[in-house]
Amino acid sequence: MSDTSRKILMGNHAAAEGALAAGCTFYAGYPITPSSDIMEFLADQLPRRGGAFIQMEDEIASISAMIGASWAGAKAMTATSGPGLSLMMEGLGYAAFTETPCVIIDVQRAGPATGQATRVGAGDILQVRFGSHGDYCPIALCPWSVQEMYDLTIRAFNLAERFRVPSFLLAEEAVGHLRESVSLHQNFERVERNRDITRPPFGTPEVDGVPPMPAFGDGANLMVTGSTHDEWGYRKVDHPREHARLVERINRKILDHQDEIGQVERRYLEDAEVAILAYGFTGRSAFAAVRTLRAQGVKVGLLRLITLWPFPENAVAELGRSVRAVIIPEMNRGQVSAWARQFLRCPVHCLNQTNGEVIEPNAIADKVREAMS
Amino acid sequence: MTRAMEQWLRVDNTAFCPGCGHGILLGSLLRAIDELGLEQKQLLFVSGIGCAAWIPSPNIKADTLHTLHGRAVAYATGAKLANPRLTTIVVSGDGDLTSIGGNHLIHAARRNLDLTILCANNQIYGMTGGQTAPTTPLGVKTATDPRGNPYRPFDLCALVKAAGAPFAARWPVTRPKKLVESIKRAIQTPGLGFVEALSPCPTQLGRRNRFDDVAALYDHLNRSCVSREQVGQLSQKELLNHFVIGEFGEDE
Repeated sequence: MSDTSRKILMGNHAAAEGALAAGCTFYAGYPITPSSDIMEFLADQLPRRGGAFIQMEDEIASISAMIGASWAGAKAMTATSGPGLSLMMEGLGYAAFTETPCVIIDVQRAGPATGQATRVGAGDILQVRFGSHGDYCPIALCPWSVQEMYDLTIRAFNLAERFRVPSFLLAEEAVGHLRESVSLHQNFERVERNRDITRPPFGTPEVDGVPPMPAFGDGANLMVTGSTHDEWGYRKVDHPREHARLVERINRKILDHQDEIGQVERRYLEDAEVAILAYGFTGRSAFAAVRTLRAQGVKVGLLRLITLWPFPENAVAELGRSVRAVIIPEMNRGQVSAWARQFLRCPVHCLNQTNGEVIEPNAIADKVREAMS
Repeated sequence: MTRAMEQWLRVDNTAFCPGCGHGILLGSLLRAIDELGLEQKQLLFVSGIGCAAWIPSPNIKADTLHTLHGRAVAYATGAKLANPRLTTIVVSGDGDLTSIGGNHLIHAARRNLDLTILCANNQIYGMTGGQTAPTTPLGVKTATDPRGNPYRPFDLCALVKAAGAPFAARWPVTRPKKLVESIKRAIQTPGLGFVEALSPCPTQLGRRNRFDDVAALYDHLNRSCVSREQVGQLSQKELLNHFVIGEFGEDE
């Protein structure tokens, strides 16, 4: 059966298609390699579909405009890479604290600083989780294929709306610029915002609840503020209980729903003696290594993290209980392994590469053999 | 009959210091929107951080968006584009809009989107304790310039006009009727309308610069204001510590 929605696309364009499919009507951004393809695609497409596009003066303005648009009722997004992401950190904290649904696509390049703009890296993993000051918990999804650039962008929008939280598509240059076959299917449900104006927009009876979110113009007389606020939005800047309650809820509404948000993929793990823990483009190399080793009779499996934040700690802990050792290859100095170790009660072998290139399957296979010897 | 102030206010107290000019600006803004017959549901007020950012939030009973320091104009840009039916009014201070937010301000003027920006200019950072702003007059003492500010201040109306805004106006809060009229005109301007309200800060600026009471500071402000016709009588150096008041429209 032929699938008419199937195309050959670049990962960045598949993500932009995913945004449109998810109902995105607003994009604000600033040009930056290697993410600009997303912006250029949406600059052309959004105005044709009744949406709005604007190129802002910098990334601080981009994330600000996106948050403003979200409160005006739009499903809003931006895209960037490392240096732009650094500038967006203040806005990220504001979005988390005001519970503003929005999607940020980070196509990671080799950092720090300007680094290597056209080369690949995965050095932003901890920044998206901890880069803004204070305690908050965004969602981050990590694609390994052009198909997942499409599917996970849709999922990022749905999770952002469901939990009123900034959601990241944490991609890498290698998958952003990869071209492969993708199905632009419409086989999914769109999550729409609850715009009830009769209930408080910043509080719930539950400690981990998600309140409704009316838009500007709905007649709710909204008070949105990045200062500590009560359930209706009144500033409470010297009230210990109000602060604790709000900080607790914006974290727990994510952390208490890890089962719903968390997504992992397991390959060849049933009888595995050792396992590779990987994510993003490195997951492809890891899977290639697994197949090569399996052909040689090596009992190795793969746990691929699709959700990176909130961290799929139960799946990782379970992995640690079922194998003798875990190998973690990463295009950084160990940002996920540092976090994963607290859930792994078995030896962990890291393969860290920071040369602006993808990790090749052979390097991972060698590391597995070394771990088993 | 409900008076404009009562109909539009959400709270019945004020956070402003005695003698602060921001209350007059709040009153002038409310009268302007009331006289224009604007619908509450259509109005969005966006502010940054600082004393002036508290003029709309939480005071005005309409949608309010209290954002991060300097970013009000960028948030307003996104909201306006996402819903062009919103009459979007930014109210913030001089430090917020023209120092940390200066880039957003000039780009908004360049884009000429249909936004209104009210800048409450008290010439100093009030909330953080009286530090120098880009609008602090030459020689004025602040917490960070105890020997007097050595640098020239911005001429905000000239700045936004040069960047492309079709309408700018400047009035001291001691001329509230003029302020109301100019705020109305700024809202009605199809593109970017900018109003600078000179609003004295007795707590931070007055006490550091030997103004013995609030009235002395207000008198000084009034004496510092000159009309455009009077400009020719002043030297360039004298002009630096004077304010040219009036409206600066499309023809300038």
